[in-house]
Amino acid sequence: MSRGIRVYFLKRVALAAATVFCLATLMFVLFRMLPGDPTLTVLSPALSPEVQAELRQRFGLDRPILEQYARYLANMLRGRLGVSFHRGVPVSTLLGQYLLNTVVLMLPALVLAYALGIVGGALVAWRRGSWADTATTTAAMVFRSAPIFWLSIIFISVFAVRLGLFPSGHMLTPGTEPAGFFATFFTVDFLRHLMLPMVVMAIYYGCYPLLVMRTSMLEVLGEDFIDLCRAKGLSERRVIFRHAGRASLLPIATSVSLLGAYVVAGSVLVETVFSWPGLGRLMVQAVTDSDYPVAQASFLLIAVLVVAGNLLADVLYGLLDPRIRYQ
Amino acid sequence: MNRLWRLLASDRAALFGAVILVGFVLVGVLAPLIAPYDPKQKHYDGDGKLVRLSPPSRQHLFGTTTYGRDVFSQVVIGTRTALVVGVATALVVSVVGLNVGLLSGYFGGALDAALMRLTDVVYGVPILPFGIVALSILSRRVWWIIAVMSVLYWPPTARVIRAQVLSLRTRPFVDAARLSGATPMRILYWHIAPNVLPQAFVHGVFAIAWAITTEASINFLGFGDPDTLSWGTVIYDVFTSMVAYTAWWWFVPPGLCIMLVVTAFYFVGRVFEEIANPRLRAR
Repeated sequence: MSRGIRVYFLKRVALAAATVFCLATLMFVLFRMLPGDPTLTVLSPALSPEVQAELRQRFGLDRPILEQYARYLANMLRGRLGVSFHRGVPVSTLLGQYLLNTVVLMLPALVLAYALGIVGGALVAWRRGSWADTATTTAAMVFRSAPIFWLSIIFISVFAVRLGLFPSGHMLTPGTEPAGFFATFFTVDFLRHLMLPMVVMAIYYGCYPLLVMRTSMLEVLGEDFIDLCRAKGLSERRVIFRHAGRASLLPIATSVSLLGAYVVAGSVLVETVFSWPGLGRLMVQAVTDSDYPVAQASFLLIAVLVVAGNLLADVLYGLLDPRIRYQ
Repeated sequence: MNRLWRLLASDRAALFGAVILVGFVLVGVLAPLIAPYDPKQKHYDGDGKLVRLSPPSRQHLFGTTTYGRDVFSQVVIGTRTALVVGVATALVVSVVGLNVGLLSGYFGGALDAALMRLTDVVYGVPILPFGIVALSILSRRVWWIIAVMSVLYWPPTARVIRAQVLSLRTRPFVDAARLSGATPMRILYWHIAPNVLPQAFVHGVFAIAWAITTEASINFLGFGDPDTLSWGTVIYDVFTSMVAYTAWWWFVPPGLCIMLVVTAFYFVGRVFEEIANPRLRAR
């Protein structure tokens, strides 16, 4: 690694940290703006004033606001996120479980989306102007504009309610409480529940890479080295996938860096529609139920994930493209 | 304007988009005249029974909801909300993005550094989760939805405008203006701004599309303005009354409207992009 890259890298990390810090501060301010004292939501008014005062002291709510803020930041940093009002479980335990559930849904969906998008984009670019090209490109544009929560509802109404092929929601059949990672995620039951939300997301998130790949392929296919490959007598398939395809991938890598916030929004909506016990739905429920420790912590975790994702994509992109120079 | 017509006529997708937009704007403007009923009115049949989940019929073009309300009227009134929220947000986004980009690109130095760091930070905020948290704490009024989205959507515009200003400010016409004694503000807003307006406009058109989708998502999650009817609210009602997944006439129209409007804005936005950046037209 040259010095330039290292300096750039450090700057990016500092910026990411600053973003998270700003958001954490904003959350502190926002949650203090709640109507009334925060104790009102934590403490039942039925408690005697002495007990209330004692609890207030225990939560540190009788301290000056700046001290509370410093303490809040310190606790966030140490991962001491408090206890859920509603579930009575430590927030950190809760977040761990729900994050895992989100990952097992998002990861296959995104891999599928990008695989479909890249291969599909290459194929339609190859058959440019054909009926299949027009149909696929139009479909991709239209699907990208459809609200994903609405697509999810349509999928449920067709494949779950009408045809009865898949369950309409949840991650496992209600009532089953398997113990352990393998007993949860390596079952037919889980896969059946995974299918619909995964396919909806794969289609939705595959549209953009497909369009990007198509445009980029069309440009590459017009370049001289493609003619050279053909002149060498390489098979058309080899030309498309090995040579043109590989050269067209860079814009896809750029698009990944914009993906973070977009995917988070999608996971919030899809998890809500499919009652998937993931991080996004946990946050929505916590906000709805005024479960403030959970709402605050899950929002910050989502923000950290988005910021970290953008950071990772930027750095990878820098390493991938030799043309980028760091100053 | 002439170029716009020629491009529209030569690009069938854009023409389709323009026609759809004109249609929706007309519906939005004339909404109270087109909607046959008050969208909140509950309908009863001859025996005084609530007309629940009735499929499309002559009385109810898009059928009725589980609460006996007319879906067609709700979708028509929702058009107005979507367009107002979309356009209002895009307006703020364009004005803020344009000004940040202009000031940052022209003056450079500490101001540029400060504004660009701010842009980077705002860029990293996940919009939908932030919107939910902020709206649930602040207020669910429709103006707050517009405000929250405006605060978060301006960074892309600012970045693009700044990049353009950086190249424009070294051009001879700017030097000429400076030598003839124009103040920096006059150079910036009189000489440079008109050159970057098309780009700001392109971003504005795309911002309308994002804003309509985000507003619908916020409403779908139940964090919207309870007094304002929007397409997202209609789908939220379907979702919260789980029985209604068979009532396609209730949830298909509002989603279809969102899809059509957003697609139309993308198609039309692409044409403006070609006008603002003629190099794109080669493809």
